[in-house]
Amino acid sequence: MTKAKKDDAGIVTCDACPVLCRIREGRSGACDRYANRDGRLVRLDPMLIANKAAEQEGEIVPFLSGAADWDGDILPRGESFLTGIGSGTTYPDYKPAPFIVSSQHRGVDMVTVVTEGIFSYCGLKVKIDTDRYIGDEQAAVVCEGEPVGHVTTAEYGSQMLALGGVRHLTGGSKKEGNVTCKMMLALCNKGRVELQVDGGARLEMQAGRPPVIDGVEEERMRVGCGSATIGMFAKQWYGHADEVVVVDDHITGVLTEHQAGKFLGMKPAGIRVRGRRSTPGRYFQVAGHGTGWGGTDVSEPLAVVETIDPKVAWPGLRLLMVSTTGQDAEFFRLDDDLRPVASEMPAPLAAVVERIGENCEPALTSVLFVAGAGGSLRAGVTENPVRLTRSVRQALTRVTCGGAPVYIWPGGGITLMVDVERMPDSAFGYVPTPALVGPIEFSMRREDYRALGGYIDAIRPLEDVERMTTARQTGWRSDNPWPLTPCGPEPRGGDGE
Amino acid sequence: MNELAVGAQAALLADGRRLHLNHGPMDLIVEAFGPPAEVEAAYRQARDRFATILDELVSELPALRRRYRATPASRCFAGPTARRMAAAVAPHAHRFVTPMAAVAGAVADEVLDALLAGRRLMRAYVNNGGDIALYLKRGESLEAGVVALTDRIAALGRVRIEHAMPVRGIATSGRGGRSFSFGIAEAVTVLARDAAAADAAATLLGNAVDIRHPAIERRPAIELDPDSDLGARRVTVSVGPLDEASVARALDRGVAAAEAMCTANLLYGAVLALEGEVRVVGRGFPESLPRTAA
Repeated sequence: MTKAKKDDAGIVTCDACPVLCRIREGRSGACDRYANRDGRLVRLDPMLIANKAAEQEGEIVPFLSGAADWDGDILPRGESFLTGIGSGTTYPDYKPAPFIVSSQHRGVDMVTVVTEGIFSYCGLKVKIDTDRYIGDEQAAVVCEGEPVGHVTTAEYGSQMLALGGVRHLTGGSKKEGNVTCKMMLALCNKGRVELQVDGGARLEMQAGRPPVIDGVEEERMRVGCGSATIGMFAKQWYGHADEVVVVDDHITGVLTEHQAGKFLGMKPAGIRVRGRRSTPGRYFQVAGHGTGWGGTDVSEPLAVVETIDPKVAWPGLRLLMVSTTGQDAEFFRLDDDLRPVASEMPAPLAAVVERIGENCEPALTSVLFVAGAGGSLRAGVTENPVRLTRSVRQALTRVTCGGAPVYIWPGGGITLMVDVERMPDSAFGYVPTPALVGPIEFSMRREDYRALGGYIDAIRPLEDVERMTTARQTGWRSDNPWPLTPCGPEPRGGDGE
Repeated sequence: MNELAVGAQAALLADGRRLHLNHGPMDLIVEAFGPPAEVEAAYRQARDRFATILDELVSELPALRRRYRATPASRCFAGPTARRMAAAVAPHAHRFVTPMAAVAGAVADEVLDALLAGRRLMRAYVNNGGDIALYLKRGESLEAGVVALTDRIAALGRVRIEHAMPVRGIATSGRGGRSFSFGIAEAVTVLARDAAAADAAATLLGNAVDIRHPAIERRPAIELDPDSDLGARRVTVSVGPLDEASVARALDRGVAAAEAMCTANLLYGAVLALEGEVRVVGRGFPESLPRTAA
């Protein structure tokens, strides 16, 4: 990596953008975001102050609504919260964190310790809303030819990736580490990333956007597995079809055999699907994995039909085949030789197919950043690091990342998980180690901060920090809880919702 | 070349109304007002245009950093943004100026024009770090807060830009900004026909507010930035406490330069601030601000 090319005069060449600034020691580049500190290129974003909307007559109005059209440089009327973005770090943390600020919230004196953590232990959990096959569990995920993660346990209606992590960042080759860092940085900053699963699909992903799998944008999550779909819509099909097969890569449902069909008193239709029968009307592995109907490799639905029993089926039998998203559906009638003939779908059935689609939520990619703040970063908060861990555990200290709520894993250390979508844009940076740099804030009552051995002398009023010329203001995301609401006794540390 | 570089980025801000464009040192906030479909199309056009601007500028950067002289060679730039820069500094070529003096404003103008092309909008603005390009349909107006970004963020007042006014650009230059200045102004805000013109004028007026004084520390620009367009010329590093008379004299020089520019139709109005003293030149700024003794 050539991130910080240093020449004899102590000049560092920044290649964060095409301008390629040559930066002298102690100076910053044209963007004011990267600087040369002791011959090292460091990120120097202006501090981000998030402003909570001022409440007027019980109604939330956008900040600066009076100056509506202006990108406000004027200070807010509402409350402000200083985020860790651009605060810098004092790694290896032998001195107080860059900003320890105090502010009042409903009469309670709150302290927020603001810093940027250098996270050498960090990874991403990516949830891709799709039933399409993206690759085998444990298969490597490759970016620019380098392994950067793997496919992990699939979850309901979605495929999961575990990306990054210390083994790829620093445990492999230098290139592997750099590619991993770049990939994570892009995803964390809500950028688009292209990945290839070994022996599986090509994925294009961006937090909050539909995933693109092998060039096809996924639109909807399935409404449920094939069996669940039968359960949900059996009554609505009843009387309009003699058999319904819901094609699904996980569990394909067959209405007349299914408990739901039996309950309605439907008579067997004699249509037997391929695969392994799990329980009546529920079949595993009716076809291979793929990007066809319901996450199978089937593009012609009759391919999942193994036999039609002439002793049971009858001419004129009405058969609906549909996928779990309603994206694919076809209607057949059996002719006199009991062969299925594609026919126009009756309106009542078409309406239910449409309803399946309506019940499918939009398919999204979600990116959760997981990192350990249990190490030396704590020393920037207190002289006795374990007390911070305990304070977080006891829910006296609230942890946020760029103001976004985090989930703190149980067990030792401060291992947190945060949805990057709820963080401000471009909240992350990196260091050439390689490791990611992310904002982190610890908020607590002043007396709790004193109790955990905090740097009381380093506390500055928030207004002082706001007066800095470099402070950048942003609106507060209304779906994030306000971090300065003092933690009560009951919520867990970093209570999210 | 740059393994971890982040390219041009575009995103709607959390308010869902404003578009944020960022690429390297360029950081733009864009807002358009009109029918939602028109605004959406306009934002798409702005984003598409923005995607390549930095690379275009970088390809001509060495020439853009050279002193602008009224010679054919000096005017010859390939990129449309670079040509805007050259055009904006051309009227000031009798003194030292490089096209870089208008870069922020020129980018704002370029993105605004792309945003407007074929669209039906009521109003729009592109704010490139304080250098702002405006569009106003007939009958529309826009109100802007004028602030001095100094040690304290202090509001100076508000200006109202009406459609009939020949003002489609606002720019602020001064200490605490990213660029170097020969002068000591804390802030100079200029209203002009477009953002590039305002940017060039504000940069030069920032230089003009100046005096010789032992409390002012200066160093050659290249000692601070080896690639500075200002070369070995000495730029202001810090300003110590100044007595009232010195402040007044420095502002007087800035006001004289601003009045000359106003007469030459290079700006519509300007406000200059130093050590809490504020002077207003030309039109556009509210009467409540202390006026220069003409």
